[in-house]
Amino acid sequence: MLEIRIHGRGGQGNVAAAYLLAGAAFETGRHAQAFPNFGAERRGAPVVAFVRIADAPIRRRCQVLHPDWLIVQDDALLTAGGVSAGLKPGGRILVNSARSAEALHERTGLETTVLAADSLSKQFLGRPMPNTALLSAFLTLTGLLPREALIKALAQRFKGDLLEKNSQLIEEAARQVPEGGWNDA
Amino acid sequence: MSEQPIADLRRHQPRFSGLESGHRACTGCGEALGARLVTEAAGPDVLVANATGCLEVFTTAWPQSSWRVPWLHSLFENAGAIASGMEAALKAQGRPTKVLAFAGDGGTFDIGFQALSGMLERDHNVLYVCYDNEAYMNTGIQRSSSTPHAATTTTSPAGKARMGKRHLKKDIVSIIAAHHVAYAATASVAYPSDLRKKVRRAMAVEGATFLQVHSPCPLGWGHDGAVSIEVARLAVQTGLFPLVELERGSLTGVMPIREVRPVRDYLRAQKRFVHLFADDPRAREELDHIQALADHNIERYGLRGDRPDALDSEGADTVRRGGARWA
Amino acid sequence: MRDMLEGSQAIARAVALCRPQVVAAYPITPQTHIVENLSKLVADGKLTTELVSVESEFSAASVALGAAAAGSRAYTASSSQGIMLMSEVLFNIAGLRIPLVLTCANRAIGAPLSIWNDQQDSMAVRDAGWIQLYCADNQEAVDTTIQAYRIAERCEIPVMVCVDGFVLTHTMEAIDLPTQEQVDGFLPPYRFNRALDPRRPISIGTLVAPEYFSEVRHANHKALERAIDEIEAADRDWAEVSGRSSGGLVEVLGDPEARIGILTLGSATGTLLEALDEYPDLGPVRLIRLRCFRPFPFEALRRACAGLEQLAILERALSPGLGGIVGTEVRAALADLEGTLHIRDYAVGLGGRDIPLSTLPRVLEALAVPESERFRILDVNLEQLPEEDR
Repeated sequence: MLEIRIHGRGGQGNVAAAYLLAGAAFETGRHAQAFPNFGAERRGAPVVAFVRIADAPIRRRCQVLHPDWLIVQDDALLTAGGVSAGLKPGGRILVNSARSAEALHERTGLETTVLAADSLSKQFLGRPMPNTALLSAFLTLTGLLPREALIKALAQRFKGDLLEKNSQLIEEAARQVPEGGWNDA
Repeated sequence: MSEQPIADLRRHQPRFSGLESGHRACTGCGEALGARLVTEAAGPDVLVANATGCLEVFTTAWPQSSWRVPWLHSLFENAGAIASGMEAALKAQGRPTKVLAFAGDGGTFDIGFQALSGMLERDHNVLYVCYDNEAYMNTGIQRSSSTPHAATTTTSPAGKARMGKRHLKKDIVSIIAAHHVAYAATASVAYPSDLRKKVRRAMAVEGATFLQVHSPCPLGWGHDGAVSIEVARLAVQTGLFPLVELERGSLTGVMPIREVRPVRDYLRAQKRFVHLFADDPRAREELDHIQALADHNIERYGLRGDRPDALDSEGADTVRRGGARWA
Repeated sequence: MRDMLEGSQAIARAVALCRPQVVAAYPITPQTHIVENLSKLVADGKLTTELVSVESEFSAASVALGAAAAGSRAYTASSSQGIMLMSEVLFNIAGLRIPLVLTCANRAIGAPLSIWNDQQDSMAVRDAGWIQLYCADNQEAVDTTIQAYRIAERCEIPVMVCVDGFVLTHTMEAIDLPTQEQVDGFLPPYRFNRALDPRRPISIGTLVAPEYFSEVRHANHKALERAIDEIEAADRDWAEVSGRSSGGLVEVLGDPEARIGILTLGSATGTLLEALDEYPDLGPVRLIRLRCFRPFPFEALRRACAGLEQLAILERALSPGLGGIVGTEVRAALADLEGTLHIRDYAVGLGGRDIPLSTLPRVLEALAVPESERFRILDVNLEQLPEEDR
């Protein structure tokens, strides 16, 4: 079972990201589960969502305490502490940031992979909505699921122009990170 | 062919009665009379949602029931919501049956007010009838927000330090009208044909309507059951209970009073106001206060009937127009 | 068709498949998504129903009552404070024997304010006279909703479908939604024998004097006892249609021969089940899931517990000053076995506290202590309390 924790801020589509990732896994015939760390948070507050992907039915309902991977939608959350708590040894972190991985390391001491998902999404969607770009980069880095699965899952939510623009964003985000880049270690 | 007087003929005509006799109301109960008149005028194609209160208790001592219409009692404070649900169901089933909601002043002015407001706001096709006897009579005469100023009840007793209820009677019909429902009116059991006319009027409206029926309670008001109608009529003739009609929030009809009576005539007929006739300056002050309230109503609604009447109009003094003969 | 759905969305779709003619609800976290999804189905023309957006939960339950009494299938849903606000109506609905289905998205009750999951709300109205079914996952929430209508309408008893708030309502997972034909074949159109009808006027909800009241209560109690058969039949028959059972009255998982048992309700079941695999060294454990809490399934529970030497009850609510609610009832049901059966009762997962896999070893460890308290809240961090409150 693979477990992913997604950190973001209210309004960034954090739960939507988790649902999309689980939806993409479902499209490939895997078992998947996604849920938010339920809160009463308003826009801008730190929020967390969880995804589990497995080859067998998933029956546990507890929070993801030891994620294999982290997706962080706002680099400022890295300094807030606790984001990397419980990350499995060898676990990797994908961060939405305009800074370089080196600069982030200097500030936080964390090894991360960086995607400038805000500016990328602004370019394609006209507003900063980093979640789909991050998911695309995540799938590219891990090779976990094909990008087409993500686009299929996306098509359950969006139609027409918005789907088209998101698909373009997904393709571009995939080009910004190395294919299978997290599988080297 | 026959020399039977017209009145007698009418008496032998079959007429629908939604509330049969044999129920356990007190003699002279205004609410029982009001419910009979309302159901007569509304006809048999109705469902009734009845709030907890005297009307529910005296009509349905299981296994008996006085109702000839389908009737459901749920709780004290939800008649508006139960009626809303019934109406939604009928709408879903495509049935034209009208829903009536019955409640006393406690179930309308006070505890059921929220559910009523919701029903009005959503404009359910329901005629909500409040039988207003101006206190919680079912539990033994406690004050409600409908109890008139200075009336004595078991929870607003007059005594050395108090002159009965300290607060004013809530102006419920104005609050109802502020929901901009198609039709809201007040009526009195002392004016049966006016009451029936208002019921028929409300029944013809598609949407939420409201009728406040002034209903004397001999026990709670302290008068003989034989004079209930006279007492109720005095409430109208003094201007203390104005009979008005409001459409979409605007006043569209009033029952004129040609000979306005002093409030003392009304108050003196009821034990709940007896302390106002003591030799006490505070009592005199309260009497003046109540007279001022009546005068205010008369001015506000333009109740003074000093113009000649149209042929078919009704007035607070046309006593003979009332009664079953004119149904 | 299998589809990835959020729990609330799946429940709303299941409700729609049951063709309710009147839906009345008032939003409250975590029930809100159910109402929103139903509203969307109506807006999209996928569900034809009278959607009554009421001004309170009290009116939501009242509207549903009025609608069902007037001959329409009705639905409502709520949580927590909303269940409390409608509690007077809930007793009334059951007393009037009105068939209704209500989804309770289980949540704690304040104060202090908590929007998170436990089961204090439905437990607080356990004596209302409703059938209560607790769902372990969202597939069960879907299947149980459909079963609930048939049970309610056959027994003329309202059914509360209890679904853990957030943990289920906000979790997306693959759901098998039945087809309309499957549901229509299982659930006949709504027919209420005592429906209000001007052609046959009857009075419902009359005043009942002391000479009759005990008899009415007796009839009510017996009707709930008899509902056991309909609850089992609905699960069995729906399994024939859908290929899925929702667990009947009491479900036995894990090792059915084990001498150590853990009993729970709702969504903690799946976590405990996976914990059994995660901690194989703990030895065999029998996992007992109480799906039906009202009527209380005495016989099924006794069968499920036969041969146990130790039993831990994990519940998501408590009765302060008494201890566990479920635990107290289970003890009573197993009273004549209790001499040989060591029972301990633990409240866990209160107000949204996570129930991790490690709950299993902690419970078994606590259970093994012979002189321990009969009941306690398992995961209290006393350090967080001032000295005098510990």
